[in-house]
Amino acid sequence: MVPSSSRIVRRNAYLANMRPENLLVPTPAGLCCPEGAFHIDPVRPVKRALITHAHSDHARAGHGAVLATAETLDLMRLRYGEGFAGTTQAVAYGERLTIDGTTVSFHPAGHVLGSAQIRVERNGLVIVASGDYKDVPDPTCAPFELVPCDVFISEATFGLPVFRHGDIATEIGKLMRSLALFPDRAHLVGAYSLGKAQRLIALLRAAGYDRPIFLHGAMEAITGYYAVRMDLGDLRAVRDGQKAEFAGAVVLCPPSALGDRWTRRFPDPIACFASGWMRIRARARQRGVELPLVVSDHCDWDGLTRVIPATGAREIWLTHGAEEALVHWCATRGLRAKPLHLVGYGDEEEVEVLEAATASSDQDASATDESAAGEPA
Amino acid sequence: MNRFAALLDRLAYEPGRTAKLRQMTDYFRTTPDPERGFALAALTGALSFQHAKPGLIRTLIAERTDPVLFEMSYDYVGDLSETVALMWPAPPSPPDPPPPGKGGEEAAAPPSIGHDSAHLTPSLADVITTLQTLGKTELPRTLARWLDGLDETGRWALLKLVTGSLRIGVSARLAKTAVAALGDKEPDEIEILWPGLAPPYEDLFAWIEGRADKPAAEDPASFRPPMLSHAIGADDFKILDPADFVAEWKWDGIRVQAAAGVCPDGRRVARLYSRTGEDISASFPDLIEVLSFDGAIDGELLVVRDGRVQSFNVLQQRLNRKAVTAKLIAAFPAHLRAYDLLVEGDEDLREKPLAARRARLAALVEKLSEPRIDLSAEIPFADWDALAHARANPTTIGAGPDAEAIEGVMLKRRDAPYLPGRPKGLWWKWKRDPFIVDAVLMYAQRGHGKRSSYYSDYTFGLWRTGEDGEELVPVGKAYFGFTDEELLKIDRFVRQNTVNRFGPVREVTHDAETGLVFEVAFEGLQRSTRHRSGVAMRFPRISRLRFDKPPGEADRLDTLTTMLDAAEQTPSSGGRVLDPGLARTGKRKGG
Repeated sequence: MVPSSSRIVRRNAYLANMRPENLLVPTPAGLCCPEGAFHIDPVRPVKRALITHAHSDHARAGHGAVLATAETLDLMRLRYGEGFAGTTQAVAYGERLTIDGTTVSFHPAGHVLGSAQIRVERNGLVIVASGDYKDVPDPTCAPFELVPCDVFISEATFGLPVFRHGDIATEIGKLMRSLALFPDRAHLVGAYSLGKAQRLIALLRAAGYDRPIFLHGAMEAITGYYAVRMDLGDLRAVRDGQKAEFAGAVVLCPPSALGDRWTRRFPDPIACFASGWMRIRARARQRGVELPLVVSDHCDWDGLTRVIPATGAREIWLTHGAEEALVHWCATRGLRAKPLHLVGYGDEEEVEVLEAATASSDQDASATDESAAGEPA
Repeated sequence: MNRFAALLDRLAYEPGRTAKLRQMTDYFRTTPDPERGFALAALTGALSFQHAKPGLIRTLIAERTDPVLFEMSYDYVGDLSETVALMWPAPPSPPDPPPPGKGGEEAAAPPSIGHDSAHLTPSLADVITTLQTLGKTELPRTLARWLDGLDETGRWALLKLVTGSLRIGVSARLAKTAVAALGDKEPDEIEILWPGLAPPYEDLFAWIEGRADKPAAEDPASFRPPMLSHAIGADDFKILDPADFVAEWKWDGIRVQAAAGVCPDGRRVARLYSRTGEDISASFPDLIEVLSFDGAIDGELLVVRDGRVQSFNVLQQRLNRKAVTAKLIAAFPAHLRAYDLLVEGDEDLREKPLAARRARLAALVEKLSEPRIDLSAEIPFADWDALAHARANPTTIGAGPDAEAIEGVMLKRRDAPYLPGRPKGLWWKWKRDPFIVDAVLMYAQRGHGKRSSYYSDYTFGLWRTGEDGEELVPVGKAYFGFTDEELLKIDRFVRQNTVNRFGPVREVTHDAETGLVFEVAFEGLQRSTRHRSGVAMRFPRISRLRFDKPPGEADRLDTLTTMLDAAEQTPSSGGRVLDPGLARTGKRKGG
């Protein structure tokens, strides 16, 4: 391949002026840009934070100033309340800002509503911190944009060749078929409450499912925010429904609610779980899932190995997940790759389960379960 | 094949019997012949072909993937077929889709992985008929071609099928029941026809769907649905007259039907069926070769060594073995204890009263004069008290050292015909009382399916003196025996008294003052090196909740070890506690 002239310029800058290790540095608080004095997705409170997306392992409360897309800021506000940060600034996709000589811009990551990859440029060296991303269509967010760069920081959540999310229509079809076969049973679908749940609703609607979809209390606010921006059809709160209405209905809930006493209000429920992890049978069985749906907001192996070389980056930094296999794969393609040891990130579903379990000393005392008290078993 | 794979996939995750049935019936209703017939054959284990070896599968994937990535993936997934099914690279795309563009465009249009090009996707019928004739050298290429044409689930099912490891929690009986439900037929009707049928069962489906006559059952050794008993209750004795009944020991073996006869072409066939009609002949060739009669005997399969009936523990050593070796047969010789005769020659005896059938059976067994087949003895008794005495003391009332393989007594009406199913009032079982101990709940685990929101699997312990004083040691697990209301109470107790969490398991308070005591019923004891306590209970279940009892007053491990010590001094028992003389050492419920 003949390098373009801009690439020659960038390579020179990359060699002469700036080492990528100096532009973005992994620290205990998260990825830090010393020149610009900001952190990307910090896991501890910092003065200036750039946030890729609103999932709780990337977007935490308590920073001084937060720069993110308007949607991410709105979703953080919904989660943490008005005072979640000292000051906030909304940035549009593609808009370039300069922070102490370092240019940053946000580009669609295709992960959830408002999610962005953050492009950081200084002295001609370009690093893209992609956060979580996927390069397949999602009706609920802007499509992934490929951003050419020198160093690409990629997640590796599903960084093994066994993770192939397959055709999403097949998975939605599985749920539709089960609804037809068991019209008397409530289909409880465990899904992460930001992004996954709304994507499922949109996919079900696109597949022609027009019955009311019921929401667990923890999903109402975020889904309401999405529903203002797109047509999600007839949505209802579980707490307003009667047992009989749930027969043959789709009920969305956080994964942690699937084994909860909350489920006893539903007629003969089927535990469904929408996640990329459902590709592995042992994992689905371990969680007692009866209808696993392979639906993920992360890239599968094919997606990762499609995107990484397409960025044109000559160096790949890998975070959270199975970095080892991707490092090996990059080596076979002549790409320099290394794991970036950042703590505090994970698959948001696991994080959500963990949070539910540690939110109080006994999860049964949590709000979701309390609402079940006094209900017929 | 993808459709069949989707069915297997759903069945593998579905815990409920009713839901499994509905999945299968739906599949049989919506899938055409001969595909559904081959699916039925796969589900009932009726297929025979040379299975592919794991080495072949490994070779195929090694030719197509990076070995390092394969090892990492296999290590993560833990199952060869599943790893290969997921890693198998998409075949070179057909020319239809336009070549991927650059940048974002390429990213937005991933190659379709799960595509189902009709000309490439093999049907289950293709796969099975090909496998039955395929030469060994052609297998790798053919298998690779099939894998190219299937999606992830399809590849998983195909690999499970060709390696002979299709385990999806469905019995042959359940699959036949699902077929019967297509046309409101009884599954027993299918069982009777089954030996005369062959894949893809088009005649069977035609009859079930009312499109053709019932296929003829020409098999001389076909299965007859067995007659089953009811558990007798205290009130039942009041209205039953002892004079109307005969009693036999209830043997702790496997209920079987031994059928044998001569085909129209002169060939002899002999088969052994389980209670549900599954043909288990292949596991018991030693018994099959002595079935030299024409007819069908109802009886109990036992292991008899040196003239003595062995416990169920011993019998279990012969079950579920892949290969039945000469060594296994010599160590665990199979025996048939006959208690009924359904057919003799061409004559169906089932309408005749028990007394008449029994006389015919006794004559047949005597004529056979075969050491591996004997007659189930009758227990003489004058009234219910005498029978109760026999039930409590089988050793002294005629059973002698065989008593350890007795789990109670059977009562059968003398004038009763042999009726399939569980007719009321004709056959009764009166099991021996279980042993009981009071144990303390230590850990609780969430259940599955309908019970997934309940802590319904319990680990309980007994007291012993440890290094730091009195401590509880786990002795067993139980997940049934309680009512739905009791489950709610236990669940509430578990949630309110959790002291530790280990994933789905909770440890609950269990000290001398606070905790929950269970009355645990069990059928027997064995020494076990796998359990910390050194003992293993047979068939433990929760018989009563003792919220009234402080845990400190629960039983001690000594109670069980004393029972075992005493049992081991009786050489006949093989270490298993079932002798009623020992029950005094432990406790027999109500005994």
